[in-house]
Amino acid sequence: MADESVGERNRSNAFVVTARKRTLQKVAKTAGEGMLFSVAFFVAVIVLFIFYFVARDAIPFFQIRGFSEFFTSTNWYPADEPGEFGALAIIYGSLMVTLGSAMIAVPMGVAAAICLSDILPFSIRQYAKPVIEMLAAIPSVAFGFFALVVLAPLMQDHGGPMLMWGWWILVSPFLLLSVIVIADLLTANIKDEKRRQQRHWMLLIALGLFSIFLLFKVGSVLNGIQILTGTNALNVSIILSFMALPTIVSVSEDALQAVGRDIREGSYALGATRAETIIKTILPAASSGILAAVILGIMRALGETMVVWMASGNSSHIPEPWFNYLEAIRTLTATIAGDMGEADQVTGSARFHVLFAMGLLLLIISFISNLVSERIVVRQRKILSGQ
Amino acid sequence: MINKLLLLVFLLAFAVNGTANADVKTLVLDGSTTVGPVAKSLATYFTKKYGIRVTVSESGSGNGAKSLINGSCTIAAMSRAMKDAEIAAARIKGVNPVAHVIALDGLAMVVHPANPVRSLSKAQISSIYHGTITNWKEVGGANARIVVIQRESNSGTQDSFKELVTGKSMQITGGAETQSSNGAVKTRVSTTPSSIGFLGLGFVDRSVKVIAVNGVLPSVKTVKNGFYSVSRPLYLYTNGQPSGPVKQFIDLPNTVEGKAIISELGFVNR
Repeated sequence: MADESVGERNRSNAFVVTARKRTLQKVAKTAGEGMLFSVAFFVAVIVLFIFYFVARDAIPFFQIRGFSEFFTSTNWYPADEPGEFGALAIIYGSLMVTLGSAMIAVPMGVAAAICLSDILPFSIRQYAKPVIEMLAAIPSVAFGFFALVVLAPLMQDHGGPMLMWGWWILVSPFLLLSVIVIADLLTANIKDEKRRQQRHWMLLIALGLFSIFLLFKVGSVLNGIQILTGTNALNVSIILSFMALPTIVSVSEDALQAVGRDIREGSYALGATRAETIIKTILPAASSGILAAVILGIMRALGETMVVWMASGNSSHIPEPWFNYLEAIRTLTATIAGDMGEADQVTGSARFHVLFAMGLLLLIISFISNLVSERIVVRQRKILSGQ
Repeated sequence: MINKLLLLVFLLAFAVNGTANADVKTLVLDGSTTVGPVAKSLATYFTKKYGIRVTVSESGSGNGAKSLINGSCTIAAMSRAMKDAEIAAARIKGVNPVAHVIALDGLAMVVHPANPVRSLSKAQISSIYHGTITNWKEVGGANARIVVIQRESNSGTQDSFKELVTGKSMQITGGAETQSSNGAVKTRVSTTPSSIGFLGLGFVDRSVKVIAVNGVLPSVKTVKNGFYSVSRPLYLYTNGQPSGPVKQFIDLPNTVEGKAIISELGFVNR
């Protein structure tokens, strides 16, 4: 009994805070908070500073040359006397490779994320995810070198067959799925079971034949294509999609994991199959996170410089026809990187400032897409939480 | 504590300053990627002989001029003469650029080894780069679209090409691909069957095929005697007349060893 009371006293002593200790704690707290605040503030200020300094050097260009030439002309001759600064083809090139890489990276990335989070057993996932994330650690110049030295000659020598195999591998599973789904949908309303079965089979066979025809017809057309230059928009799109993949896979896998076991089990408890659970429950619940992943990946592709500078061919023209991914293009980032060296005030100020105008344009594009993604994420969260 | 820190900072600053002062014997050379190989070999030889370190960066002739004007290099390597605008900018900054010709270089027009075309006139090359000739069959080759490869805008080789072949005022077609170094152009041409590009003579090897311009093939002999018209001098620029180690470096191409280095790399001695 006596021992216990002594213990009590000691314990209470431990909680007594002297005045000196209290002031010390207060100072430490203020200092810690202040430091954290200043670090956060510093980061925010850096963004503002970048905006300010880029805009400061970009605005003189528009004062000298006006807006219309920059946005409507495709004549890019900054080194000539007098120079021409039409950036339309360059802006178009940037959008083209960004879209191209997104078209490859987004379906692949999201599919890989679903596979990692919901299909593969945990033991495999443990190894697969770090390997995919390792893609992000490869320096972009190595990617660029690969694109220039390996992929470009490969495309020139075996372009047609490569396109054909790509088409078959990418499109045939998609066609198979859509044939089954379309046949199901079209016959769902027929009441008589026997007639429904009959219709279903007929539709399956007809659609199947049509899609096989499509597969071979387009495949043989693609097989006949001779790729003239390997440093083209397609090459860059493929490489950029590889670079965007780790971001998309990793972030969307995290989003899928965040959905939680309870929701999955709830879905199974209602009798849903695994496919239904993934498509109808998990994907909608994780869609905001996946969207954020996609936008992050796209920003990575839009902002990438080294690969584009090495492997896009850098020719400032809009391909003919406009969707031709097999022609060389030029992007904003590559132009800034390539022309910065010469474009000092020494050789004419419009030439110097036009690069900042491009930088500002890139900043604004990424700013807007960030805002949009933020909006969508917030709205999605509201819908999901039922507000 | 704080006093001690300040003392340390001062000491460090002093130490850095001290080494910088003692290190005047480092030469910094910046500029043309064409001159690059020559400059590097000369630098290695120079360091071995005099024990003075030379750093060589290759960032393009335009950058070389800029670095000299900004004072960030002691010698600018250029594959073209300085432009009037650059000289004017240098004068404003109190820099007096002096040119030293170290070698001559032919600009070789190169195509893929499988290309049957052997010779083009300057007018034909101009039309190809202007975009009016777009197919090899128009100049006696196979029926294939021409992939035109040029250099980026801060390349002295690009400037020389425009000056010597197409004329300064001609606009090169927007469809022309742009590569950022002689090596990159060579890689592209050697792997692309229907391409055409231009290289400094020192960069030519068996992976590409050199075509004659106006009927003359570039070689050491034809560049030296002036028969091959697409050739130009290569320069080193210094701020004012050189003295000391800078002068020793600039004079190196005139020595027997320097000349051997230059011709070994495929460039032409003056």
